[in-house]
Amino acid sequence: MGDAWNYFFDHRAEIQDWTGTTLWLAVLPVAIGLVLSLPVGWLAYRYRWSYPPIISGAGLLYTIPSLVLFVSLPGLLGTKILDPINVAVALTVYTFALLVRIVADGLLSVAPATLDAAAAMGYTTFQRLVKVQLPIAVPVIGAGLRVAAVSNVSLISVASAIGVTQLGNLFVEGFRQGRTPPTIVGLVLFIVIAVVFDAAILLGIRLLTPWRRAVAAR
Amino acid sequence: MIRFESVTKRYPDGTVAVDELTLEAPSREITVLVGPSGCGKTTSLRMINRMIEPTSGRIMLDDRDTAAVKPSDLRRGMGYVIQHAGLFPHRTILDNVATVPLLLGQDKKQARARAAELLERVGLDPAFAKRYPAQLSGGQQQRVGVARALAADPPVMLMDEPFSAVDPVVREQLQDEFLRLQHDLGKTIVFVTHDIDEAIKLGDKVAVLRVGGKLAQFAPPAELLSRPADPFVAGFVGRDRGYRALGFAEAGQLPLNDEKTVPLGDKVRAAKDIAQDDWTLVVDADTKPQGWLAVGRLPDRALDAEITPDLLNLGGTLASESGTLRAALDAALSSPSGRGVIVHDDGRYAGTVTASRVLARIEERAAKVRADAVHAAGGEHRDVAPDGIGGGR
Amino acid sequence: MKMSVVAGGNGLPGLDRVPIWFNDPSNWWGPDGLVVRTREHLLYTGTVVLVAALIALPLGLLVGHTGRGVFVLVGLANGLRAVPTLGLLILLAVWISDHLQTKTDIPYFIRAGGLPYFIAALIVLVLLALPPILTNTYAGVQNVDPAARDAARGMGMTGFQVLRKVEFPCALPLIMSGLRSATLQVIATVAVAAYLPFLGGLGRFIIDGSQVILDLKYGYPAMLAAGITVALLAVLADAALSLVQRYVVSPGLSGRNSKRSARRQIAILDAEAQLADA
Repeated sequence: MGDAWNYFFDHRAEIQDWTGTTLWLAVLPVAIGLVLSLPVGWLAYRYRWSYPPIISGAGLLYTIPSLVLFVSLPGLLGTKILDPINVAVALTVYTFALLVRIVADGLLSVAPATLDAAAAMGYTTFQRLVKVQLPIAVPVIGAGLRVAAVSNVSLISVASAIGVTQLGNLFVEGFRQGRTPPTIVGLVLFIVIAVVFDAAILLGIRLLTPWRRAVAAR
Repeated sequence: MIRFESVTKRYPDGTVAVDELTLEAPSREITVLVGPSGCGKTTSLRMINRMIEPTSGRIMLDDRDTAAVKPSDLRRGMGYVIQHAGLFPHRTILDNVATVPLLLGQDKKQARARAAELLERVGLDPAFAKRYPAQLSGGQQQRVGVARALAADPPVMLMDEPFSAVDPVVREQLQDEFLRLQHDLGKTIVFVTHDIDEAIKLGDKVAVLRVGGKLAQFAPPAELLSRPADPFVAGFVGRDRGYRALGFAEAGQLPLNDEKTVPLGDKVRAAKDIAQDDWTLVVDADTKPQGWLAVGRLPDRALDAEITPDLLNLGGTLASESGTLRAALDAALSSPSGRGVIVHDDGRYAGTVTASRVLARIEERAAKVRADAVHAAGGEHRDVAPDGIGGGR
Repeated sequence: MKMSVVAGGNGLPGLDRVPIWFNDPSNWWGPDGLVVRTREHLLYTGTVVLVAALIALPLGLLVGHTGRGVFVLVGLANGLRAVPTLGLLILLAVWISDHLQTKTDIPYFIRAGGLPYFIAALIVLVLLALPPILTNTYAGVQNVDPAARDAARGMGMTGFQVLRKVEFPCALPLIMSGLRSATLQVIATVAVAAYLPFLGGLGRFIIDGSQVILDLKYGYPAMLAAGITVALLAVLADAALSLVQRYVVSPGLSGRNSKRSARRQIAILDAEAQLADA
């Protein structure tokens, strides 16, 4: 343990750099993926005929192994192989693919009786979506978002296998030197990032769904 | 026979679901547990097959303590029917019904054959055997649930609101068929419902429970209607008690008018000729009543027409001569001519009766009942004279 | 989308080199060829999923049936998801190879000297495959119609019989979905495991290729070709498992009605959401 601390302090500067890269690689794709998945998920929900192709397509995207995507994107996008942008794009694709289905299913899961009541009260379609369906679907979408966020964080390190620079470099160093301290530092940092990110999303869900707290408190 | 001996169920947080329940459900009869939400009726039922264990007291099944038998063995000897059927979605209807026989180790072919028999018995088309529960309607699923409970021919059946989840028309059909089935099979049945009308219709004996799990009254339905034990039972049993009680009084030998009838196909003129007032009863070739023909103010040209079904008034209900006073009164009240049509058990015309005749019989009977009650309250024991006032109930 | 030919803007050999790579028979056969690597990849995947299923299925069924230990299960599943695979892989590899030096080999699986790394990879991959199987199995059992469960007990089935005859078959759709999910994860991560020396599988092309990236035979074209193969493998495996699912799951359960399968997916996430919420 002591060795790990020492290693951490000795390499503070690099670690700080790498942490920065890792953080934006963690947050940005999830945010963009979410934003992209909302309209597409809504489409799949709204037009029943589009549900199977959209969901299958998303499923297919999710099936592509991460490493493969990291490797193929330079060829497709023309980016350099070591550019972290490949990772960002790949993770965005994953988040999107995972959430599209969850958004569609989340919207589907709102009880028809609730929607009928909303319509009868005079809500327009858009208002029903925004004021009734989405809020009710928030817990489920939020749960999916947490899964996406946490999985993505752990995927970032995989990019070190082909040399992309971020906190995963600690693992590479650890292997190269045959010692555990760098690896342990890396593991701890990744897990901390994942946990904090997860907690932040959870907090967001709580803030958006005050009625659930009331129910739980009964 | 199933006997509750001071059975209590108390939960760790202090709620008492069943409080010192003592009653005996007779063999081969339907005993109904009825009461408002929270009265412990379902809890009591589920203590019989030990889905819930009593906190104190014991339940005897034909002089064997249920606590002494292994629960799964106990349950294999009891049919269990619940509100939403609880069919296994992953098995075909036939395999669902055959579940308990297979559990008991019966041969697969035999079990399936028996299952097929039972499906017919509960009124389901044999084509349903290969289908899956998701493809059946609620009423159909309930029938399968009953068939499944009967498959191993258990002497006891436990039923928890089995007909509550279907619409009223289907419910009435299911209730009637259930009574017919019980008439054939004679099982010892404990039946839970929140619907007092269902309890009165189906039960041989009815136990009314109040919130907190205490027994308020345990009696045959007629007694519940005529002598509720306390205000709670009176309120729970509801209004129209006197009228509903007539449903338990046999019509007996009502004096019938043997009025003349006219068959379908005869000319309207014939109907008018025999009519004693504005209405004539029309029957079919088997003398089964078809409806009333209004002959009062017909123009002459209508008299040469043939009597066809579309000319008839179908307003009156039919009462069987072996039926109840309530049915007879209803026949008279609902008939357009004021005369109720009474039929034999096979549906053939027996005669007509007016409302006043039925009422006269009702009052006779009521007088007998009152006299009995006075004697019972007075505690006098009198020998029963064969045709005297004490010879009633 | 730029289709660079030989040396495009990013300096890498272009996509047109990939068909050329596939057309070269020497890339297919031989001890380090596509065929051998694919076979290794499938073997590793199969072994891992089998082991993970052997652990996670009984656990998930037990927790679902008894309702106890749910916190632990969900916590475990969530926690495992947060672990960076490469990090754990390397940690274990370093630790095990320090304590176990051996020249043994397992035919088809690992060559001489690779056993410590193989063990490390196996452990990490199994840990990775556990969460989807665990959560799906648990949710599957939880989702069984409570009336069916009550009726089963009421008919006299013992606890174990209820599990075997009712809960397990009714949970199968979700269990299969969990197994498919796990298989996809594993196929993807076996490629990453090739970071460790001696390990086979299609990842070998990718990892080794990243060192000689400009080489036309062993560099980027090989990486892409292997990548495509892995992706194909994943798609085929998923299709195969979905066929198995169709055979194994009772027709009475097929959620043709997508509201029902939507509700099932929601059920898994909801289960986690509710519990992690508390």
